[in-house]
Amino acid sequence: MADTTAPVSPAGDEPPLTAAPVEDRPLLQVENVVKHFPIKRGIFFKRQIGSVQAVEGVSLEVCRGETLGLVGETGCGKSTLARCITRLHPLTSGRVIFDGVDISRLSARQLRTHRRRMQMIFQDPFGSLNPRRRVGSIIGDPLAIHGVADGGERKRQVQELMEVVGLNPEHYNRFPSEFSGGQRQRIGVARALALRPSLIVCDEPVSALDVSVQAQIINLLEDLQGEFNLTYVFIAHDLAVVEHVSDRVAVMYLGKIVEMGGTAELFGSPRHPYTAALLSASMVADPDKARSSHRVVLYGDVPSPINPPSGCRFHTRCPKAQPICSVEEPPLRVQAGDAAGHVTACHFPVVPGEQLVGTAPAISAAATAFAAASPEIGEEDRA
Amino acid sequence: MSLSPFEVSSAALAPEEGQSAEALDAAGSIEGRSPLRLALARLRSDRMAWVAAGMILLMVALALIAPLLSSITGHSPYNPDLVNGTDTFGQPYGPGQAGFLLGTDNVGRDILVRIAYGARISLLVGILSTLLATVGGTALGLISGYYGGWIDALLARLMDAVLSFPYVLAAIVLAAVFGGSLPLTIGVIAFFSWAAIGRIVRGQTLSQKEKEYVEAARSIGAGSFRIMFVDILPNLIAPVIVLGTLLVPVAIVFEATLDYLGVGVGPPTPTWGNMLADDQGSAGFGAWWFWVFPSIALLITTLGFNLLGDSVRDALDPRTERLFAMRRKKAAAARLDASSGAGAEPLGGGMEAP
Repeated sequence: MADTTAPVSPAGDEPPLTAAPVEDRPLLQVENVVKHFPIKRGIFFKRQIGSVQAVEGVSLEVCRGETLGLVGETGCGKSTLARCITRLHPLTSGRVIFDGVDISRLSARQLRTHRRRMQMIFQDPFGSLNPRRRVGSIIGDPLAIHGVADGGERKRQVQELMEVVGLNPEHYNRFPSEFSGGQRQRIGVARALALRPSLIVCDEPVSALDVSVQAQIINLLEDLQGEFNLTYVFIAHDLAVVEHVSDRVAVMYLGKIVEMGGTAELFGSPRHPYTAALLSASMVADPDKARSSHRVVLYGDVPSPINPPSGCRFHTRCPKAQPICSVEEPPLRVQAGDAAGHVTACHFPVVPGEQLVGTAPAISAAATAFAAASPEIGEEDRA
Repeated sequence: MSLSPFEVSSAALAPEEGQSAEALDAAGSIEGRSPLRLALARLRSDRMAWVAAGMILLMVALALIAPLLSSITGHSPYNPDLVNGTDTFGQPYGPGQAGFLLGTDNVGRDILVRIAYGARISLLVGILSTLLATVGGTALGLISGYYGGWIDALLARLMDAVLSFPYVLAAIVLAAVFGGSLPLTIGVIAFFSWAAIGRIVRGQTLSQKEKEYVEAARSIGAGSFRIMFVDILPNLIAPVIVLGTLLVPVAIVFEATLDYLGVGVGPPTPTWGNMLADDQGSAGFGAWWFWVFPSIALLITTLGFNLLGDSVRDALDPRTERLFAMRRKKAAAARLDASSGAGAEPLGGGMEAP
């Protein structure tokens, strides 16, 4: 392994991850990123009647060599944030600073040089590979586009990449349809790796795979991180996967980060009620632990991102909600007793050891309280 | 009574299944067959495609040997020959008379030679104008569908306008202004055909550009043109090929129509449309061969291309795989029968060789 930067590995069985940054400057800085998708009506003259507030003011930093896990329910804006970071979507506002350069306002042409250092692995191993093109040309595309290698040299590099990700180089001339889901995801990994990027944004890279294959791909990604000194933004909704791969974790709810911190800390003592509920809902492989653990059950659906709740966006489902939650939005801040990097956006953070009573009565009691305080929110709750 | 068909069918199935498993093995050992090559293999197994190809090849052969035909018979396709080409009363010869296999026309020209030369024009116009229309329609359809916005609005309306145009009238006007000629005819036909392809390509592009592989291409830094022509285009080549094949006969008939109306390629040039037009002035002769033979030539050509188009569509459509699987099974069973009689089957391996 070519890892020379960090001799300390966070967990014994994991390959060495660079916990400390190579330089002081983070590789990726996301500042107050907002992404709204306009909703338009009309046949001839389209007028905007609203917008889906997919990402609403997200700020985060990713250091060199680290893995930032991004978790949250479906529709919370994880994938949109990933596409904002890689500039597949234009931003509504905010800045994305990649290695000291603000790429959020660059033109497509200017962006191309930065694309070399920032790649993406997609969720769907079937949709993300062009069915009509051979594997060799799919993996070789980045090399061709950026003029890195041509002809025989490109073929050699592609076959080398195929070997690195665990594919048979002889399958160079096959079509994606001739591979299994896991192999296809390896093709996606090889394509992302072709230009030797610094940052790879993984958009749920394993959620479409079988569990046994998931482990293979995750191990592959971890091996590659050590070998090529990669930085990952790793999106997933499987908490076990995120806990395994991430150095730090950010939890998203309805387009906002509600809690962010070191993996061990955040999983050990979640401070945001949403994080606690998420963690309690994940499966535990140990039956004794599973029996003793207490599940926090959230009721209701995620509110519509077209018309998100006021104040704290989680207050409509929060077991600890108080009247202030629907009025004032809590900022992300270090809560009392937490480490410096552990921030939570909550007025009433969960105290370590506290048993959350996430049951229907708690919610309806809170709802009644809101209804008294602000009638329109009470209505939304009932709906 | 009710049992016996089951017994028969199961008995008949057993050897077939063994055979198809073998065929499957053979297919698995071939690496990375492209969808187009698979379609070609399916096309080869289609008997109707062979018939269609035979009809088209007949016409191509006729077009190729036209000068040879002219020099062997000594009959010019252009010059009237009232001395040798008509009888003593100035009447055209019928088929088979005086060495004219298909007879002569009202000015004594050999109809066979003229049909052969006409095949050159028809095929040239049919294929060239379709090629132009396909390339243009595909490019504009891709651009329209991919960029969207005002570019799409403009191009889509243009396609609607072209498709709703009374094209024969437009062709007559154009020929009246510029004078009928071969390039103009090709241009006019191409101009009125591209929109049909453009519309299909636009629709397909709209659905393809939402696929994740397009996003993946953008994320590795591919430009718009690369995405359109390298990534999206291979995914809509199947409908383009089908439509292109079916446009050829339309173009050939269109050309014949223009010639018939006298606004296509000018009269001294032998074309099937011109020959059919000649028939109008010859009704008094009762010379059926004036129009029957050019019509047959036109029929064979258009039928050939239409049948080929149908076969190509079947071959490219994944939903017809069951049909082809059935055919393969039948063919395999037939081969098995033949081999069990002969004792060896060298044919089976030879057929699959690329």
